[in-house]
Parts: sequence; C-alpha cells; structure tokens
Amino acid sequence: MFSDYTSTELVSIFAMQGFAGLILFSVFVLMALGLAIIFGQMGVINMAHGEFMILGAYVTYLLSNLFETHMPALFSIYFFVAMIVAFFAAGALGALVEWGLIRHLYRRPLDTLLATWGLSLILQQTYRTVFGAREVGVSLPDWLMGSIPLTDIIEIPINGLFVMGLTLTIAVSVYFLMFKSRWGGQVRAVVQNRPMAGAVGINTEKTDRITFALGCGIAGVAGSAFTMIGSTGPSSGQLYIVDTFLVVVFGGAQSLLGTIASAFTISQAQSTMEFFLSGSMAKVLTLLTVVGILMLRPQGLFALKIRH
Amino acid sequence: MSTNDIRAYMPKGDLISLLILAVLILVVFPLSMDIFRLNLVGKYLTYAFVAIGLVLCWGYGGILSLGQGVFFGLGGYCMAMFLKLEASSPEATKIQSTPGIPDFMDWNQITELPWFWEPFYSFPFTILAVLIVPTIFAYIIGAAMFKRRVGGVYFAIITQAVASILTVLIIGQQGYTGGVNGITDLRTLLGWDIRTDSAKFILYFVNAGLLIGCLLIAQYIRKSKLGRLLVAMREREDRVRFSGYDVSDFKIFVFCIGAMFSAIGGAMFTLQVGFMSPSFVGIVPSIEMVIFCAVGGRLSIFGAVYGALLVNWSKTTFSESFPELWLFAMGALFIGVVMAFPSGLAGLYKQHIGPRIRNTLATIRRDYLASRANAKSQSFATD
Amino acid sequence: MKRKDFVLAVEGLTVSFDGFKAVNDLSFYVEEEEIRVIIGPNGAGKTTVLDLICGKTKSTHGSIKFRGKELTKMTEHAIVNEGIGRKFQNPSIYEDLTVFENLEISFPRGHSVFGALVFKRDAEVIAAVEEVAETIFLADSLDKTAGLLSHGQKQWLEIGMLLIQKPDLLMLDEPVAGMSVAERKQTAQLLNRITKNRSVIVIEHDMQFVEDIAHRVTVLHQGKMLSEGSMQKVKSDPKVVEVYLGH
Repeated sequence: MFSDYTSTELVSIFAMQGFAGLILFSVFVLMALGLAIIFGQMGVINMAHGEFMILGAYVTYLLSNLFETHMPALFSIYFFVAMIVAFFAAGALGALVEWGLIRHLYRRPLDTLLATWGLSLILQQTYRTVFGAREVGVSLPDWLMGSIPLTDIIEIPINGLFVMGLTLTIAVSVYFLMFKSRWGGQVRAVVQNRPMAGAVGINTEKTDRITFALGCGIAGVAGSAFTMIGSTGPSSGQLYIVDTFLVVVFGGAQSLLGTIASAFTISQAQSTMEFFLSGSMAKVLTLLTVVGILMLRPQGLFALKIRH
Repeated sequence: MSTNDIRAYMPKGDLISLLILAVLILVVFPLSMDIFRLNLVGKYLTYAFVAIGLVLCWGYGGILSLGQGVFFGLGGYCMAMFLKLEASSPEATKIQSTPGIPDFMDWNQITELPWFWEPFYSFPFTILAVLIVPTIFAYIIGAAMFKRRVGGVYFAIITQAVASILTVLIIGQQGYTGGVNGITDLRTLLGWDIRTDSAKFILYFVNAGLLIGCLLIAQYIRKSKLGRLLVAMREREDRVRFSGYDVSDFKIFVFCIGAMFSAIGGAMFTLQVGFMSPSFVGIVPSIEMVIFCAVGGRLSIFGAVYGALLVNWSKTTFSESFPELWLFAMGALFIGVVMAFPSGLAGLYKQHIGPRIRNTLATIRRDYLASRANAKSQSFATD
Repeated sequence: MKRKDFVLAVEGLTVSFDGFKAVNDLSFYVEEEEIRVIIGPNGAGKTTVLDLICGKTKSTHGSIKFRGKELTKMTEHAIVNEGIGRKFQNPSIYEDLTVFENLEISFPRGHSVFGALVFKRDAEVIAAVEEVAETIFLADSLDKTAGLLSHGQKQWLEIGMLLIQKPDLLMLDEPVAGMSVAERKQTAQLLNRITKNRSVIVIEHDMQFVEDIAHRVTVLHQGKMLSEGSMQKVKSDPKVVEVYLGH
C-alpha cells in the first residue's frame, strides 16, 4: 500500500494524518481517563460512559446555539464555557447515577456492566426524545478554524492543537489530583481497604460518589472535544465505548501514562491507516492488532507486572 | 445407563420442567398460533440456543461473554452462504454481468466466487462448518485468554471487541459478505422451498427438536461432575486448580459448547427467517442475548428458554405499538434484573410459585389420601 | 543420610517482588513421614514458601525437587498430580456445593474435561468419600451445603479434600487458626492420624500445637532461614528468642 508514494510524500502523509488524529487522540484520552478512574479505582465498569460523553456534546451544541443567537459578541469564547458546563452536567448526572445505581453494585463488576448498559439505553432514548434522532453539529468560532502550515504539504489543524493542549492539561490535573492531593490519597485508601478507610474517618460513600462524578465529568469534556470531529446523535457514544475500553485495557488499567500512550498509539494507528485503507478496514486492523496483543499480553502493553 | 443414573442426571423437578416446556413448544404453540406467529416464535427460540449456552458459561462457569452474537452470526452466515449459492444458479442469475455468483458480489464488481465460498456448495460441509467454524473460533479466543488466566470483565470486554470487529469487517467487505444488508433473498434448501408455509411449519419443529436436544446436552453437562466443577471454579478457582484440575481446559470447553449452541441457533435463524445480516452479530445484539439469559435466570437452562421467548415477544409487541418506549423498557429490564431479580424468572418461580404449587399439590394429596382412608374404613365397616 | 531419602529438597530458593525478596536463598529438606513445622513472625515469607512449592508463585532463582523431580517450571495442577496437596489459610471450600460434592471433586479421578463428563459416582467414590468424612468428623453432614458448616468444620472439610487426593506431601497453612480449644484438640488428633505414610509441612503460630505435632521446626525470618531443628533446639536458639519467641 506504500509503493505508490515517494518517501517524502510518505513522511508528509504520516505527519498530516498524525495531526489529523489529534482530536481522536484527545477524545480517547479523556474518555479513557474517566473510565480508568472509575474502573481502576472502583472496579466498576461503566458501559454508559459514551452517553456521558454525548451529554457533554449536546451541552456544547446547546451553548453554541445559545451564544450564536443571543450573544454573538461572546461567540469566540463559548467553547470554554461549554466545556465547563459539560463537565458539571455530566458530573452531576454521574453523581446521581452513583447514588441510584452504582453504589448498590460494588464488587459485582459483571453486574455493573449489565446495569450500566441498561442505563445507556435509557439515556440514548432520552436524548432521542429530547434532541431528536437527527444528528446535530456545532459551528466553531473563527479562531479555532484553519491550520498552521508547517511545510508545503503538512498543515496542523488549530482545533486539534487546542484540544490536545486542553486534554494534556486535564490529564496532568487528574494526575495531581489522584496522586498528590489529599483527596486522591483518600480515594486510594478506599480502594485498598474500604473498612479501614472508613474506620479512620474517610467518608467512603462520598469519596465513591465524587470519584464516579469526576470520571463522568471528564467524559463530558470529551464530549465537547468530540463535537469537533463528528456530529452528535443519540447513539454516537456507543460507537466509542469499545475503542475506549480497549484503550484502557491496552494501557494497563492502573497506569495514567499507559492510558495516554495507548490512546496515542491506537488513535494514530487508526488515523494513519485510514489514509491508505478504507475507514472500516483501518478500524478492523487497529482493533484486531490491539486484541491480538492483549491476548499475548493480557496485563496491557505498558503495565510492568501482572498480579494474580 | 441404569434408571438410577438417569434419575441422577434428570431429577423429577427437571423432568417436569422439561416436559412442560416440550408440551408448550411442541403442542400448545403450534395449535394456538397461525403460521406467521409460529414462525416468529421459532425465531425467538433460535435465541434460546444462545441463552442456554450462556447459562452454562455465565451462570455456571462465571464467564460472561458479550460476544455470543459472533457465534450466532457465524453459524447463521455459514448456512446463509449455502442457501445463497443454491439461489444463485447460473440460470437464476443470468441477467448479471457474471452469472452464477451471488447478486451482491455482482453489484460489487466481483467476477469470480471467492475461494472461501467454494466449499459451501456442499451441504454436508455446510452442516459441519455451522458446528465447527464457530467452535474453533471460540477455542482460539478461549485458549488465548483462559490459558493466560484472563477472565471477568477483561474477558467480557475482549469478546465485545471481537463482536465489534467482526461487524465492522462484515459491513466493510460487502463484496464478500453482502455488507450491511447481509445475505438476503434465500429461497431453497436442497431444492425445497423454505419460504412456503408448510416449510416454515416443518422448520419450526426441526428447530424445536434441536432446542430440546441442546437442553438435554446442557442438562447432562450441568448434572455431570463437570457442572459441579464449573460452580466450584466460579467460587474458588484456586482450590480447583490445587485439587489437580487444569481450570482453563474446563473454561475453554464450556465456552466452546456455548459457541456451538449459538451457532446452531444462528443457522436455524437463517433457515426460518430467510436472511442473515450483521445486525445479529454486533455489540448490541450480543449483549441483548445476555439479557435473555438473565431474565430467565442465569442458573436455569429452562428459564433461559422462557427468557428468550418473553423478552423477544415483548420487544415485538412494544416496537409495534410504542417504538419509542422499547429502549426505556429494555434499559429498565437490564437494571431491574441485576438489581432486583438476580436469579430471574427461575428464581421467582423457585421462591414464590414453586412452593405454592407444591403446597397445593400436597394438600390435594393429603385430602385424597384422607378420603381414601375414609372410604377404606367405611368399606371395612360394611364388611 | 542419602539425598534420595528426601521427599522434598528446596535449594537456594529466592523470589523477589519488585526487588523485595520475600524468600531469600532458602534451602531445606523434608524427609519421608516427617512433620515439619514452619514458624516465623508475620511477613517472614512462610506462606510464600508454600505458594512457591505448589506453583502458585513462580520462583526467581533456585530449585524445588519433589522425589527428584523439579517443580519450579510445572503448572499447579501438574504439581498436585505429582502428589502434593495444599490447604489455604482461610478455609477454601465450595460453599454452594454439599460436603459430599466437595470431597467428590477432590477425588483423584476424572480430572480431564472428558473424564469429568463421564465421571460416575460409583461404589469406589462413595466409599472413599465416606471414609474421609468419617476421619474429618463430618460423616453426618455429607448432604449439608458446605456454606452452612462452622468455621472449624470448614477447615476440616478442606483437610478432607486434601486427604482424598492421597498426597505424599501435605502442606497446611495455619490449620487451627480461628478454631475453638476443643476443635484444636480434635485437629491435633486428626493431624497425628493422617500424617501416617506421608510427609507434612505445617505453618502454625500456636506454639502449644507446634510442640504437640512437630518433628522438626524451621524458623523463617525476613525470607531467610534463621534456625532449624527440634523444637527444643529451636526454642533455645538465642537468635530465635530474640526475633520471635521473645515477643
């Protein structure tokens, strides 16, 4: 598939597709971060994670319309507002779901998987009822459009750079929150020994709820980023859930850096191959490779050791 | 086998459950429904094959596969390929630019039958392929995962990914697979028109017979030492290992059995419904198959059949009258069955209905015995 | 003594988790029909030694030979089939199955997939199960669901599950932990009876119990051998007194 191109052309293609994959990378990282926090820290599988992302996307869509019609002067900054609102909307829904559903199912991971799948169906139908079955798109402010020309052929899309910068900021904040802050210490204490953490005065229920809400909130932000690469429909989230799970597992469920590296590998592989193959075959090949590697290395690509 | 053995493998309670189910499927449904409804029930029952396999894998072995649609689909596609080739004789397809190949291939500018389609001209090969291809595929996945001690949610996610990959592949390669529409317009099986009412009637009974066969196999496995080992593994995998068993072999076995059952269901689906498409392979149908099993009761092979019937019947009814409510109902079902009824219909029966029936029967029996004793003493008196 | 009289020969055994050496260059030998007790403070690596012998943990260095056969590269079930039985610290039984079924599963026949499918509960199995149940004081509870047994009975059931395998080497991790005084006495009797014709390795904290049963004692400390010999010898070893018995 490479033989039709010269080597300089190939380099440029790889670079361009690489930059084009930046937003996909960001969506993967943010989705996977949320999932990894919830799964790694609480042992809960959230199959409705894609729907939390789509909630963020709908929030972004609503705000883009609101600003466009009522506050056109402020349209250039709506995206920042949208991200924050998306975070809190998805986070609030997450807290509600944790209270109503998840807390009854701790330590039954296979059951949470089925229950949250049911939740995802309900959310999808709710979106369909509220926003209609048609997919919606957002318009971007001017400053996010266009691209920076690097060479004659290679151009870097500005929105991709912006979203990636944002993603890395969030990833770093999560890292500090989880591993350097007092609250993160509480979360890890609850993970390691729930009764003991409770006994030393950590409110384990509250910790669980906030952890779940945080994971969902980050998915909401992913939804904001998502509006830049695809149109938003009631079941768009479902398309991402398997990929995101693979990102988490591939990266080694406990490792933040692993998650980022694995999101990068998968999104770039897919984006690059899409240039040479059809989109579906690129996806098949990427996922097949990931599943193949996971069968050989079930602990994930970046995890150091396996625990039985 | 001696009568004692038979009783060990088929205790009275299970025998009654089986008989009730058999009467329902073989007598009540065919007598009470027109051929359209009966065909629909036949379609639901093809999902029961999957649900029975899931009872063994998930209920007994604790292995949750979210990719049973893969095996259902592989079985269904194997059968569909045979039927499609039979429907694509050079005479029937002479208006195509390449006569003698399936129509969708012709639409996709394919001029020669792909090599992997060739063997499906043979019916015996097709039957073997239905049984063996999905089983080998399950063996490969199972061996790769279980030998490395991957289980639980990881296994669930990987099987789900496999379902997703296969769907994308089938849709993407439409020249070879019929794409998103699947393989349609199937007509005859060895010259016998499967679209007629009489054929549908006969196929219903073939399907029901196979289902009862699978139930008997599942019952045998469940009641053999292997069934108890599965329960033991689900609880204390290490203990089983340190009692000298290779745990992975048993997991692979039960996963393969589940795959084979699903494949039989898939093949019967194709025969009764007349087509096969990727919409029965992917993530959504696969996880729905789990809910059939959960609604029936994840530990009851008979419950699984009722679960498949009930959920699919509600789906048809709901989607006819309130399509927008169906997803809500389905979502509520997933949540409800996990939170409130973890042992499903079978659990409800066991807890509430079963004891009541037993009480009533016991009362009737006691009354009967008492009246007989009365009659006897009276007859003594008259002597 | 000649080397081949050893049932189990552990030499230079080392395992490290992320650089932490839980067992460090450990060597010891168990003879035919010997009851060896391993003692040591918490974290000394006692359970890890059992894990290494039965294949649950893979060693970093060293060798474990059972009747001259190297175990370190073998899978768990293969090691069991060589004749090594292991009881876990917390009673590890199948709570949803009956006592009879628990014992039956451990009966050494029909361990392949096919074997399990065609396995028949014949007179031989029933006799073996009943005999073991008698030994472990559970003859009257064969049809009881194992989850309903008392803690002590669960411990006995697990010991019974090992006995029915007829292992040449029996490894017991704290067999009397959590037992009442009466149950302890019964267990000591039980152990004395079942250790005929086989070697036993026991991990135990209860010193009275150790004195009752041990032929020889190995004291572990921080993954290393601290002392070895008869209970009397070990008790008087000043190093042992310092780290362990002195507490």
